[in-house]
Order: sequence, then structure tokens, then C-alpha cells
Amino acid sequence: MIAELGHYALILALFVAVVQSMLPLMGAARRDATLMAVAPSAANAQLLCCGIAFAALTYAYVTSDFSVANVYQNSHTDKPMLYKVSGVWGNHEGSLILWVVTMALFGAAVGWFGAALTPSLRARVIGVQGLVAIGFLLFILFTSNPFERLSPAPIQGEGLNPLLQDPGLAFHPPMLYLGYVGFSLTFSFAIAGLLEGRLDAAWARWVRPWVLAAWAFLTAGIALGSWWAYYELGWGGWWFWDPVENASFMPWLLGTALLHSAIVVEKRDALKRWTVLLAILTFALSLLGTFLVRSGILTSVHSFAVDPTRGMFVLLLLAAVVGGGLALYAWRAPTLEPGGLFQPISREGGLVLNNLLLTTATATVFLGTLYPLFLEVVGGGRVSVGPPYFNATFIPLMVPLVAAMAVGPLLAWKRADIKGALQRLWAVVAVTVGGSLAVLWLDRGGPVLAPLGIAMALWLILGTLVEVAERIALFKAPMSTSLRRLVNLPRAAVGLTLGHVGCGLAILGMTGSLWTTEVIRAMRPGDVQQLAGYDIRFDGVEERRGANFLSEQGTFTVMRDNAVVWVLKPEKRRFDSPPMVTTEAAIKSRLFYDLYLVLGEPDRREGARAASDRWGVRMYHEPMVPFIWLGAVVMVIGGLVSLSDRRFRIGAPTRRAVPAGTATGAPAE
Amino acid sequence: MRLRKRQRMAVLVLALIGIGTATALTLTAFEDNLVFFHAPTDVIAKAVPAERRFRLGGLVEEGSVQRQADGVTVTFRVTDTVTSLPVRYTGVLPDLFREGQGVVAEGSLREGVFVAREVLARHDENYMPKEVADALKAAGQFKPEPPALPRERP
Repeated sequence: MIAELGHYALILALFVAVVQSMLPLMGAARRDATLMAVAPSAANAQLLCCGIAFAALTYAYVTSDFSVANVYQNSHTDKPMLYKVSGVWGNHEGSLILWVVTMALFGAAVGWFGAALTPSLRARVIGVQGLVAIGFLLFILFTSNPFERLSPAPIQGEGLNPLLQDPGLAFHPPMLYLGYVGFSLTFSFAIAGLLEGRLDAAWARWVRPWVLAAWAFLTAGIALGSWWAYYELGWGGWWFWDPVENASFMPWLLGTALLHSAIVVEKRDALKRWTVLLAILTFALSLLGTFLVRSGILTSVHSFAVDPTRGMFVLLLLAAVVGGGLALYAWRAPTLEPGGLFQPISREGGLVLNNLLLTTATATVFLGTLYPLFLEVVGGGRVSVGPPYFNATFIPLMVPLVAAMAVGPLLAWKRADIKGALQRLWAVVAVTVGGSLAVLWLDRGGPVLAPLGIAMALWLILGTLVEVAERIALFKAPMSTSLRRLVNLPRAAVGLTLGHVGCGLAILGMTGSLWTTEVIRAMRPGDVQQLAGYDIRFDGVEERRGANFLSEQGTFTVMRDNAVVWVLKPEKRRFDSPPMVTTEAAIKSRLFYDLYLVLGEPDRREGARAASDRWGVRMYHEPMVPFIWLGAVVMVIGGLVSLSDRRFRIGAPTRRAVPAGTATGAPAE
Repeated sequence: MRLRKRQRMAVLVLALIGIGTATALTLTAFEDNLVFFHAPTDVIAKAVPAERRFRLGGLVEEGSVQRQADGVTVTFRVTDTVTSLPVRYTGVLPDLFREGQGVVAEGSLREGVFVAREVLARHDENYMPKEVADALKAAGQFKPEPPALPRERP
């Protein structure tokens, strides 16, 4: 009954979406205030319908209603409550429900907070959001209905893939989706702006918070996914340049470009067409990411079984969005008024450079990810493009980008003095050169990229801090003045600092992982292995019963100078349903390194006695790796702090037609 | 208007430099880093040169998995049901590695033995790598398993 209610709510949502898109768009075209006024209420109704559908599915999961096929396939009564709930979006159908509910939420939010937008722009944004929702609702209703019933109802469910029963992955998909769907809203803003034929600073000020929010969520989502791969898969790696990873990384790269170009539109009224194009392409890449993951057309190390017919539908949706968006862009963009002028050496110039490099980087990742598909279609054989390709193309593009990242914030708008900026950075230059030379000297014959990575990280972190120090006149004014200035810095400036420093910290972590030491060997109980100054003793393996799994737990005593430091217990878990084995690495995280132990297979050769069992063991010493996640956290905080900037709360600068003082309301949550 | 033109030129030149660099990087990177996929039959038929990195895919032959004396080196045979090829791998095998199941390994040939540097993992016991399915189909042996209840990545 509840499931049918959910299904019914979804169908209703489809009709509401039709109303939400058609009436406001027609109203905006005809300047009909009554029709335009439908938009916010339709968006609320849409949220209500999708919310009911989501609640109904969650209810089915929580109560383990196995007469619903989706619940039967992905849940089990023995599963802990957290994973019963996360099971709702831990599968294709449920994740789409999450997608539409977030999309409806964002659409409704434009209605709630968008009182200061011109009525026609608001109506159009909500209308376009409705159009995209129609596509997704049709997709759900025709190819992936989560409310399908099974008759007779099974007694027990099949359980969720054990790899997904993990806190990191419980929140990875919602974060990623909040990011993707956030870019659907910037897409709607872009399309609405093109329809309006008018893009100005006010438009940019409305779009920016959404880009920021989407970017912060996407950053968090990617970091969670990478963290999960790091500790759950037990390979000691955190990024594999795998198609599935690239699928979420491409919208992030382009979204980062959009984040920066929108600043130029807001502050200087320039780069408008480019920003609109970026908004369209970023959402297109979000859809492409979904398509790549859903269709399973690419072989990935993270492969799950998939259904190709669904891929077809996403491809059609992608074609409609990209085709429609770009056609409209080609038609309307030339009518947009060109904006402010600037010299190549200026803050704008720096941001243009940022955009060029990020877009180029996106293009190389795109090429590497889709080339195998292309080659297969033209009959050129089956290939895969591995990490060496991405390292060879991506890193060289990041070097100038990072170099510019420290200088850019020091440049003035319109026309800047590059010599002056570099003079202010002389100390940073000295430390950077000194630091990388020191690394080069201390680590002779080590990884070639290491000194470069360290130089990039030092340059970026210190350069960014110099910019803050100048802003607050550190050491030039009394400490109390500096402190007061620091507290009173605009939140957007703090966001910039945190974002860039976070990026620098992440680079430091990635560079550190070049020095990873790996040991693979078979160990008998009592054997001792040395790793990075530690003596690691294998004490044996014992069986342990968990909530829904049986575990073989190894005990390792980590000693330094004959004193016990830690006891680590990596596991192999055999889940009851579905019957699958997973590896639980034991990771001891210190600020500057991780000690990472994985229990492999026992060596049970014929004739060997059980007591003499040797176990395959992998050990890693991973220097600096914790900095990767730390950097990501700092970046996300930077995004959120920037989002809380006063000017977004106070609202957009008023448009010429609107009398001053009426512009209130905040665009973001 | 002169300023606007100059500004455009600057952006255009920068963009061209960017695209040029990216193309150059991509082309050089592609040359060395494309990893081809072969089934055992292809490997024999096409005489893949030694030391050339490629991906080998097929089924792990029943009864072929043997652990060597050092405890961490494993040998097994990968078959497409027509031809099979010996594989050697040092390291811990992925959790879902089993005899009779599909496998994809990356590495190169050394004296007739495929030395794997990586054995690719799967996250799902219902998953059959697409390449392996196609390779088996090409060998005329693929019985599509009923993909009745696929489980998916969120």
C-alpha cells in the first residue's frame, strides 16, 4: 500500500513537472504574471510528490518489505539500520529517487529564496528545472521503477553488496548527487538567462551560491569515494584514474572553472557567454558521468553489474540536454551584451588562465576516458587507457595552474602589475626553491615528481598565506589590528584562502604517496617484518562472528625499538548474504603517514598442516596520505564559508527596474 | 575597440597554446600508454611482442590455481575455452578471484608466461567483465547468465 502510494506520487510528480515547466515558461514568454506565479507553487508541489515517493521507499526499506523487488534485491533483515536506510540510494532505482527529490528541493528553494529575482527569470529557472525533472521522472517510471512488487513476497532479502555496507559509501552517493544536481540548477539558470537574453552581475550573484554549494558537495563526494576506495578495497591506492572516478572528476574540474568564471561575471560583468557555456557543459558532464556509471559501457576497476538499456535512456537525456542547451546557446549567446574590458595581466586575466587550463585538463581526461569507447565503435580493438596517460597529460597542465593560483589573488582587477605581485612573493619563491632542492638532495634517486610536487604545494600554500597576511597587515600593524582585520575579512576571501590552501594540502598528500613503501610476503605466526622503522609481528588469525558476517581477524603487533606501539587487526569478512568476501584493511593514521595492513589469503597447500598456515600479507607505509583528505575537508569548509558571505545573504544587487531596498532574501540554504 | 581586439587576441593565443600543448601531451601519452585487451587465442594468433603491456581476459581455468613456495606468488591459467595461457602473479588476489570465474589481468609476456602486475578486482559477484564476455562469445562458448537481479553501484 505504502509502495503504491510512492509510485502514485511519482506519477503525480511527472504531471506536476509538466505544469512546472510549461506554464511558467509560457508565462515568461508572454509576460503573463499569473502564469509565471504558478512556478513557486508548482515547485513546492513537485517537492511534496518526490518527497512522498522517497519517504515511501525509505519506509519499505526500514520495515524490510520484501514484496517490493528493489528492497528484496538490496536489503536484508540482519542489516544494521544505517545500511537499511543507505540501501535506499545504494542501488540504481533508489539513487534516481534521491536525484529527483534533490532536484525538486533545489527548484523549490529558488521559489523560497528567489523573491528578489525578476519574476520572469525566476519563472524560467523553475520551468527549466521542471523540464529536466520530466526527463528523469520518465526515466524512472519507464525503465527503473523502484516500487515494483514481487508475488509471492520472499521471506528474506538478498542483502546489500557488502562493499557498500560502509559509512564512507553510505554518504558518498548523496554527496555526489547533491553536486551533480546542484549543477542542474546552474544549468537552469544559464538556460533561463539565455531565454531572458540578459545576463548581468545580478544573474551571476544568484548563480554563484549554487555553483559554490554544488562544488562543495561534489568535492566532498569525490573525497569520500576516494577515501572509501583507499581503506575498503585494500589496494593502498586512493585514485586509479578509472572511468568511474573520472566520471565524477570531469564535472568537478569544469565546475571549478565555472566557480571562478562566475566571479568575473559578478565583479566585472565580463566573460558572460563563456560562463553560460561552462554552466551548460558542467551539467552535461554530470549527466555523462551518470551515463558512464549506469550503462557499464566502460570497463572499470569499480565495475558493478549494470543494465545497458538504461544507459540508452540516459544517453537520450544527455543528447536532449546538451543538444538543446547548445542550440539555444548558439542562437541566443550572440545577442548578449559584451561586458567589461580588461588587460591580459589582471585578476580577470588570471581567472581566464585558470579557466583555459581547467578546461584543457577536462578535455584530456575526457579523451582518455572515452577513447577506448570510440576505438571500439570504429572497430579498432579493445584498449584501456591507464594512469600513465593521465599522469603524462594532467600533471603538466596542473603545474602552470598551481603556479598561477598563488599569484592570481594578488593581482588587481582590470589591470595589474605582475612584477609587484611577484616581488611580494619573493620569500615564498625562496622557500619553494629551497624546499624542492632539499627534497631533491635528501631523496636522491627517488621519484622524479616528488620535488616538483613539494614545490607546487609549498608555493601554493605559502603564496596564499602571504595574500592573507597582506590583507590583515600582519607584522606591519599591531597584532590586535591584524587580528581584528582577520575576523572582519569578507567570508568570500576566507573561502578563497581555505580553498587554495586545501588544494595545496591535498597536493602535499598526493606527492607524499609517491614515497609509499609496499611489502608483500607470506607470514607465519611469530614472523616479524620491518617497515619504515617499525617491526611488525604477525601473531595469528582467529575467527570472529559479526552482525551479518564471519570474519578471519589477523593480529599484528607493531613495535618500535622493542616497545609495543600498536596492535592492528586487519580482517577478511565473509558475508552471509550475498555470500561475498571483503577485505578490511587495518590502517593506523598518523598526521604524517598511514600504516596500512591487509590480510590476504592463507597458503593452505595440500599436505601442509593447518598450524603451519602462512598468510599472504600486504603492508604499506604511506607518507602524507592523510593530507589528501585533510585538504579536501579544508576545501569543502572553504566552499561553505564562502557560501555564508554577507553579500549572498543580503541578496543580489538590485536591477535597474527594481527600486533599491526590495532586494532581500538569500539564494542559498 | 582596439583594446577589445587585443584582449581577444590574447585570449585566443593563450587558448591556442593551451590546446596545442594538450594535443601534444595527449598524442605522446597515447603512443605509449594504450593498453590493448586480448583473449588467450588473440595472444597466440597475433603474436603479441614480449614486454608489451596488455590486458589478458578470460576465465580462470578450473584446477589451475597453484600457490608457489614463497606463499605470495600464484600461478594459474586463463582460458577462453579454446586456448589457455599460463599467468604468474605476485601479490594478494582480489576477494572475488575464483576458479571458473571471469578475470582480467594487466601485465606482459615473459618467456611464454603472462606476468601480471595487476589482477583487476570486481565489486560484485554477478559482474562479468564485458571484454571477457565478448571474448568468450567470440570463442563460441558464452552462455549468458540470467542477469535476473543485478546489483549496482549507487
